[in-house]
Amino acid sequence: MNTIAVEQITTLKMSIYRYDPDTGNKPFMQDIDIDIPKDKDIMVLDALQLAKEKDSSISFRRSCREGVCGSDGMNINGKNGLGCITPLSEVVRKNKLELRPLPGLPVVKDLIVDMTQFIDQYKKIRPYLIADKESDSTAIPQTIEDREKLDGLYECILCGCCSTACPSFWWNPDKFLGPAALLQAYRFIADSRDTAREERLDQLEDAFSVFRCHGIMNCVSVCPKGLNPTKAINEIKKMLVKRAL
Amino acid sequence: MAMNGKGYLDASTLPVKEFDGIIIGGGGSGLMSSLQLAQSGMNTAVVSKVFPTRSHTVSAQGGITCAIASADPNDDWRWHMYDTVKGSDFIGDQDSIEYMCQEGPATVFELENMGLPFSRTEEGKIYQRAFGGQSKDFGKGGQAERTCAAADRTGHALLHTLYQANVKAGTNFLSEWFAIDLVLNADNQVTGVIAFEIESGEAFFLKAKATVLATGGAGRIYKSTTNALINTGDGTGMALRAGLAVQDMEMWQFHPTGIHGAGTLVTEGCRGEGGYLVNKDGERFMERYAPNAKDLASRDVVARSMMLEIIEGRGCGPEADHCFLKLDHLGADLLHKRLPGITELSRTFAHVDPAEQPIPVVPTCHYAMGGIPTNVHGQVITQQSDGSDSIVGGLYAAGEAACVSVHGGNRLGGNSLLDLVVFGRSAGMHIEESFKNGIDIKDPTKDDVNNALKNINKVNASSEGENSSKIKKDLQETMQLSFGVFRTEENMEKGIKVLDEIRSRTENIHLADKSSRFNTARVEALELLNLLEVAEATAISAYERKESRGAHSRDDFPERDDENWLKHSIYFKESKEVTKRDVNFRPKLVQAFQPFARTY
Repeated sequence: MNTIAVEQITTLKMSIYRYDPDTGNKPFMQDIDIDIPKDKDIMVLDALQLAKEKDSSISFRRSCREGVCGSDGMNINGKNGLGCITPLSEVVRKNKLELRPLPGLPVVKDLIVDMTQFIDQYKKIRPYLIADKESDSTAIPQTIEDREKLDGLYECILCGCCSTACPSFWWNPDKFLGPAALLQAYRFIADSRDTAREERLDQLEDAFSVFRCHGIMNCVSVCPKGLNPTKAINEIKKMLVKRAL
Repeated sequence: MAMNGKGYLDASTLPVKEFDGIIIGGGGSGLMSSLQLAQSGMNTAVVSKVFPTRSHTVSAQGGITCAIASADPNDDWRWHMYDTVKGSDFIGDQDSIEYMCQEGPATVFELENMGLPFSRTEEGKIYQRAFGGQSKDFGKGGQAERTCAAADRTGHALLHTLYQANVKAGTNFLSEWFAIDLVLNADNQVTGVIAFEIESGEAFFLKAKATVLATGGAGRIYKSTTNALINTGDGTGMALRAGLAVQDMEMWQFHPTGIHGAGTLVTEGCRGEGGYLVNKDGERFMERYAPNAKDLASRDVVARSMMLEIIEGRGCGPEADHCFLKLDHLGADLLHKRLPGITELSRTFAHVDPAEQPIPVVPTCHYAMGGIPTNVHGQVITQQSDGSDSIVGGLYAAGEAACVSVHGGNRLGGNSLLDLVVFGRSAGMHIEESFKNGIDIKDPTKDDVNNALKNINKVNASSEGENSSKIKKDLQETMQLSFGVFRTEENMEKGIKVLDEIRSRTENIHLADKSSRFNTARVEALELLNLLEVAEATAISAYERKESRGAHSRDDFPERDDENWLKHSIYFKESKEVTKRDVNFRPKLVQAFQPFARTY
């Protein structure tokens, strides 16, 4: 950001969740006022960086700052989202911005959560193509129509906004795979090149992995990439039911 | 031991973790190396300061250029090689370019077989689009379509696929670990790296017989860049502090189409799909600068043309400081199918819908052609005092951090992803082979390890001085002002002087927060040390290259000078001197391409 002339500045009241277990102190909300440009709609991440310039001990993750790496998922005025592509105008009400870590996962420090459980669930669905093919320096053919079935699935950035907004995931984070992992499960089930569809479905047949989804659709409402995990989950459910009949 | 307060790290108590090989960086090149090593059953670890899929490869959009002959059954890797040599303005190493273009197709098919969701053609083949600087038949057959794409999210698709393949192969990840400095032994061989787990703040000596620097770019030396915030040249900084050479550091690519104000990338694929640039009069000005290739000329050519339009008063917007990229004539359908990510980014960062309005764009720092010199096996090379090359034992580099020199003075679009995977793999293959034959590397002494702890101890012990964020801003401002698209001697001199002051300020950097747990202020302070090394190497190399070539354009030396500068530049931190190194003109399978005047 350029240096800004004084008259173009306004004050934003931020309230940031702070917690460092090493200190022995309980978590608390830190109020911090920052100067932001009046005529420019900056992003939540920009505001957070300005806050960090005032207090360098505030910790959060960030990388691409354009919504493709999935680092800065956080709870912004009560709703999960990515700091870097959420403009203040979309979330700030009464000049207040409250930032908390993604709910439902253990907090490492401040806005940083431990993603281990989330990634473990992702790994469970065997997130890689299984194809019986000799490596012979050719591509596996795929029609345009078959490739289109992957749109809306492969774009997931593993930010965790969806699973940590899901009550079913909060209750059973070890047994219910959660919307992010299930979206990827379906991404491979739907891939015409994958030859392990039945085994993948076998793995999802229990009462928890998929069926704990009650269609609450929080995942859809928070996904910063506009993806629809509920739809993918329903497709899996349909396939499982059809198979059982 | 966890870093806390002013606690001092010492080799005698520092815990050691030992591996066969460690790979620093979890982007495309790192994950390709690690995959190779994990599949060979070696004890390896990927050390990445972010979870691997947060690495900057994820932001690559347009595609991976490679002669797989989908779009044109007669396509030939030699044509790709010709384009790449010409694009490099003839200082790309032709043995490396040959290797990359020839090995490319097998690697792209391997990625597809791993699951990369490439877009497809009517025949079910991998979709390829036109990109800048591409030709058929050695420049005589018109525009080629050679860039393999997964819509405009190819980097995301590629990085996730590689991460997934590594999960399958059981790769060991040290995620959110920060590598600080290389540990060299008495023979100047690399024996591993000092690193700390960011979450706990615990520091370790990660010992290995092979260390790969796959740390990516350093675009954050500039104020305006398409690069992720994590692109701070950590590997390059480590190599320079270890007394190793860096090569062609003056060669920074300015991507023609960064979104004005935000700096986010808009892929060259937009122009490949038929988009074009206009000035304030609505004129398609590239027709004047590059009558044949027009908007698909090389990036250096397009970036300079745009800057000239702006300088000559034909820029767009109230400040006349950018150009427009017009896509609306392509129709919402095509944009939705081929450029969905761009549509999203334009709405978020430029508040325009490209189906209706043009996108405001400006040349923006994008890619380092220079870096740590290597051979085609990824082995790091340094230069002896007599000017001869020597291999640095135990050390490899790949991807943007490296300079195997396939890009020379200017990289062609789509060649970075190919570079990553081809040379990430070749480094992995060489390490595997070396282990089979036995690697002989002397253990470091305690003093050797303590040498590598100097920087972190100094930062941890600081009790007064400046915060790193202000110094970083000044550094970025200086680089933007003095080492941008057009360079003048006067400006560069000024810039070098300011960097000198910034170095003194950095000596007194103050880490106010001394806590152990996930201390991002500590990470940022260490990143600044790396940014400074890269910035200074860039500045001094730019000042010394007294010609204009590729991305390096000077008003006092406007012509290419093949007599004196058909050479790589080599820079060392200690002496701050620039020497020259021969460009490779010895490809194995084809005749070398000789320099000619470069027009598009």
